[in-house]
Amino acid sequence: MKEKRDNFSWLSYIVLIVFTAPIILGYLWLFISTFSERTYGLKPVDLDGNFGGLTLKNWAFLSDPDIWIITMNTFLMASFLTFGVLLISSLAGYALSRINFRGRKTFLSMTLILHAFPSVTLLIALYFVLRFISGVPLLGFLFGYNTIGGVVLISISLQLPLGIWLMKGFFDSVSWDLERAALIDGSSRWRCWWQIMLPQIKPGLAALSIFSFMTGWSSFLIPYTFLTRGNKAVLSTYLNAMMSSDTVSIQYGVLAAIGLFQLIPILLFYSFTQKYLMKIFSGGSHGGV
Amino acid sequence: MEKEHRSHTGLWFIMPALILVIVFFFIPVLMTLGISATDMSSVTGFDAWKWVGLKNYVKIAQHPDSMNNFITTLKYVSLTLVFFNVGLGLLIALITSHINKLAGGFFRSAWLLPRITPPVVYVLMWSMLAADAPYGVFNQLFRIPFGLSTGNWVPEYAFLFIVLVNGYIGASFGMIIFNSAIEAIPKDIMVSSLVDGASYTQRVRYIIIPQLRWPLLFVVTYQTLSLLTSFEYIMVLTNGNFNTEVWSLWSYHKALNNYWGNFQYGFGAALAVVLVLVGTILGIVYMKYFRFGALVQEPKIDQL
Repeated sequence: MKEKRDNFSWLSYIVLIVFTAPIILGYLWLFISTFSERTYGLKPVDLDGNFGGLTLKNWAFLSDPDIWIITMNTFLMASFLTFGVLLISSLAGYALSRINFRGRKTFLSMTLILHAFPSVTLLIALYFVLRFISGVPLLGFLFGYNTIGGVVLISISLQLPLGIWLMKGFFDSVSWDLERAALIDGSSRWRCWWQIMLPQIKPGLAALSIFSFMTGWSSFLIPYTFLTRGNKAVLSTYLNAMMSSDTVSIQYGVLAAIGLFQLIPILLFYSFTQKYLMKIFSGGSHGGV
Repeated sequence: MEKEHRSHTGLWFIMPALILVIVFFFIPVLMTLGISATDMSSVTGFDAWKWVGLKNYVKIAQHPDSMNNFITTLKYVSLTLVFFNVGLGLLIALITSHINKLAGGFFRSAWLLPRITPPVVYVLMWSMLAADAPYGVFNQLFRIPFGLSTGNWVPEYAFLFIVLVNGYIGASFGMIIFNSAIEAIPKDIMVSSLVDGASYTQRVRYIIIPQLRWPLLFVVTYQTLSLLTSFEYIMVLTNGNFNTEVWSLWSYHKALNNYWGNFQYGFGAALAVVLVLVGTILGIVYMKYFRFGALVQEPKIDQL
């Protein structure tokens, strides 16, 4: 019996390693080539193809002021997105979980459908919406076509169904007594939301904010579509432009370095907060009963 | 009176969300429908367009690329779904829940990496794995040592690579869902099956799989939707070249992004409507999964 189990677990490890290999090799390549003149496979080589050629010069892009503007753009976009998603979905999630109002059921079912709705199919129409907003004075300057504000607003909306759904789930698990006590003591619903309920769902807020920040920091399609600054907009579009340029011979070491530069904050977040994030990666589905 | 006041508060709470949903979901859905009935393009501009009824849909039916792109999409969605999002996801969930806890956790974290890695960086890794000799990792490790021919694999096997690139992300979704469903199976059942002398395969077949019916349905509907409409990775990897132009990417190329600068908003929107329809139907199926009735139960506090 015991022997059979051991055989089985050997086999499992082999299967796992074979399937996981591309992931592991991919990340290894990224790390190695970041610090190499060139790489042959995973082997760092110098310009003549001999083993060696370790270098830091791929990181020279850090002294280019452009990269810091782009990084700042990316950071701002991710931060605004996080703030917006947190505020709006915790408000809505609270109402859906705790307050009885007309249209609650409709809104809830709508959120659910939108959660699964293929939002990228709306990009064409969103382009027109943004162009329309551009025409409105003041608002157009902040949230129109080709503004960070517009990109953030669209990104927030795309995240909302998940965010609201997740927040509602967390609010649902807070005891009713707490809130009842506050309301009986004469607290308003707003105060209740801010002072009583939000502190109770800190893990949920943390999970959602980390997830939103990571999404914003990585996002490619929306900035690529709605910002005409092209490659200078955010890190993703910058890297993509470098990858697909066929004018200069592509320097993979530099590409890898920029990629790693974008990846590092994500990896840090991920390694510290994996447990929280699990809940979100499953689509906020309460563990998929 | 009291009740009325409360229902007002609720509305204020959802107001910001409601506005965004209306502006960025509802209006766009209606607009997509509307634009799909016009001949709007960069030739007509935003003023000189006119209504053309269902002409764009007729055009889709007659377009020489339609059949090809439709088949590509069908193949791409079904193969990725079966082999990766469900198949590999289930396999990894089964294995990692039965080996050493620490090792299982390690592999599960490794599988989540593709999901959190910025898309462009992730695609960069794949294109380097597949790159031409002497740079490509695959060529160096698995072809050259065995004296096999080398090549630049992405253009050669483009379709395989769009399945792989998306599958390696999709698998982790199934993995998480299936894993938590397996963990939720009561230990007693597992132990008693062992006592009764069930083999591992029997346990999977008769105990674990029946418990996974709902999670399976959930993963299939949700991931079909994601696969149908997620063209981001394909765009970065092949940009639709080498016969990998899936339907959603086709729509995007026609309307918003193409080499010639002739943006056919009307035609692109019609292509998108097809996806919106499929999406809505699957969305309703998906909603059933959540056993909706139980979720909308009235908040207790107003019954004070």
